[in-house]
Amino acid sequence: MSDPLAGPGWLLGAAAPSDFFRDRSDGGCIQENKLFCPDWAIDNIDRYTDPTLQHLVLVFSAVAAGFLIAFGLAVLAHRHRALSSPFLAATGVLYTIPSIAFFFLLLPITGRGALTAIIALTAFTLQIIFRNITTGLRNVPPEVTEAARGVGLTPKQILWRVEIPLAMPEIIAGLRVATVSTVALATLAVFANGGGLGAEIVSGSNITFKTGIIIAGSIAILMAITFDALLLLTGRLLAPWKRVEA
Amino acid sequence: MSAGPPAQTDRDDASGDRSSGNESTATPVRYEEVSKRYPGADHDAVHRLSLEVPAGEICVLVGPSGCGKTTAMRMVNRTVEMTSGEIFIGDRSVRQGDAAELRREIGYVIQQIGLFPHRTIAENIGTVPSLLGWKQAEIEQRVEKLLELIGLDPEFGDRYPSQLSGGQQQRVGVARALAVDPPVMLMDEPFGAIDPINRSRLQNEFLRLQAELGKTVLFVTHDVDEAIKMGDRIAVLRKGGEVAQFATPTELLMEPADDFVEDFVGADRALKRLALMRVKDASLWKAPICLAGDPTGPVRSDLAGAEVPHALLVDSGRRPLGWLSERDLAAPQVPSRPDTPADPLIDADSILRDGLATLLQSGSQYAPVVDGNGRLGGVLSVEIVADFLSSGEAAESELAAVDRPHE
Repeated sequence: MSDPLAGPGWLLGAAAPSDFFRDRSDGGCIQENKLFCPDWAIDNIDRYTDPTLQHLVLVFSAVAAGFLIAFGLAVLAHRHRALSSPFLAATGVLYTIPSIAFFFLLLPITGRGALTAIIALTAFTLQIIFRNITTGLRNVPPEVTEAARGVGLTPKQILWRVEIPLAMPEIIAGLRVATVSTVALATLAVFANGGGLGAEIVSGSNITFKTGIIIAGSIAILMAITFDALLLLTGRLLAPWKRVEA
Repeated sequence: MSAGPPAQTDRDDASGDRSSGNESTATPVRYEEVSKRYPGADHDAVHRLSLEVPAGEICVLVGPSGCGKTTAMRMVNRTVEMTSGEIFIGDRSVRQGDAAELRREIGYVIQQIGLFPHRTIAENIGTVPSLLGWKQAEIEQRVEKLLELIGLDPEFGDRYPSQLSGGQQQRVGVARALAVDPPVMLMDEPFGAIDPINRSRLQNEFLRLQAELGKTVLFVTHDVDEAIKMGDRIAVLRKGGEVAQFATPTELLMEPADDFVEDFVGADRALKRLALMRVKDASLWKAPICLAGDPTGPVRSDLAGAEVPHALLVDSGRRPLGWLSERDLAAPQVPSRPDTPADPLIDADSILRDGLATLLQSGSQYAPVVDGNGRLGGVLSVEIVADFLSSGEAAESELAAVDRPHE
């Protein structure tokens, strides 16, 4: 099984804590470093609880903050078209900065810790979410906003009652991409000392301990799938008219 | 009238009648020297337009593209702000107060319909009532009433716009515009995107609605035929938003003000006039009539000076039974079964164009015209139509009388 999420762990070859292999109760499997040691997994599953929760917090905070900022920017850019390009360029730059580089850039300012990781992850989500919200708002048929204005909706009412609801499918699509990538990227938070499942992947990496990598990676994948499914469902609930269109 | 419980609201007189509609009195719309120049343009899109649309009438703004007709209409609800001048709805200038509030009091229908795709039909129709803070029950009652008015089953209320045909969507668009029973409606090429057959049907439906509701309507179209059909009055605009002619359809067809109007109305404007007149209003001819069993002598002498050189056999209710031939009249008494049937019969309420078509199709020279009960009202001949079309001044005064039947 190859887990792309675990990649950077190997690259950096972080060292395992000295007490890592203390629970060797299965004899052969761990020593031979087989692909997956079920006994070890059962004995050690508890150690993944905290990293998983940390990971959830990292992802949730980053996506939520990213959404709020991108939403504000998108609404501003929607009202003042001239802002659209600069915003797109700025979020584009943030998107392309490698996360690890971003951590190091932030270290002198925010130090090591979850906050640094969340800031970098948030910056990463902005472009995806911003782009989707602006696309969604732009795709609202002009005759619909024209009619809304003509029957007496104020600009604010048009935004909240017509444009945003109609852009919802695209907004949700952006959130899905952003969330899934953030679940993956958050495994790098460990390099900013930000915790999360990355800590397990890296400490298990030592390049040798495959079981640990597989468990942490699987949890991350499961998390991504779950978030994705939840957002998909939310999208369906928020856009009931889309279901009858097919 | 409303069948629902009386609405307990703090709003004034209108609140109790909401669900019943058509209670508002129509209001005239008056343009005074209205101009619009778009930023960066070197001349006015609309130039010093003065126009008065009487209450309860449909005024069609028609003209080639770029003549400013849509701009002129949209300045009424300030979806386009005028550069100078003044528009009054009743006594009130549209410039007073908030534009969004003004728009809620003016019905608005656009060509692309613009229903909200994410809202059900009921929610779409209830848009303005809900903006105005009506109670949910009031809104539901009103929506139900409007669905009935536009001939849609109540179950359509729960559907989304994408589930309706184009014609149904446009009806919903009209219902949305009528939701709070506004005295004034703006319609911007409302049937322009509908196929010809449905367009004609929607036009007829709207005319029927209008006969009932009596709104003051500003109606924009580029189609002269639609203008003639829909308008009580027509303003022909030329490029630059100037009125080339403001007249009733008849006046427009009879007496185009200048070459531009004449050109725009079209070479077949004479034929178009046939759409303006009902058969019953034409100067129909009289045929000698008789009942079965009458002596034929007097009938023969009637024929001598009659406009129609054939006698018609009718029953006791004056319903035509057939034409009498020479052979029929050779007998001493009028027979009960004449040689020639009375067909085709022409409905007195149909327009002259359709009457002529019936006549031409049947190949006969004369056709009895009957009212809704089948009673004879006169006889239509091709010659009558030809006279109507060829008569210049005479026909004009006659038509003027048609426009104002009660004078």
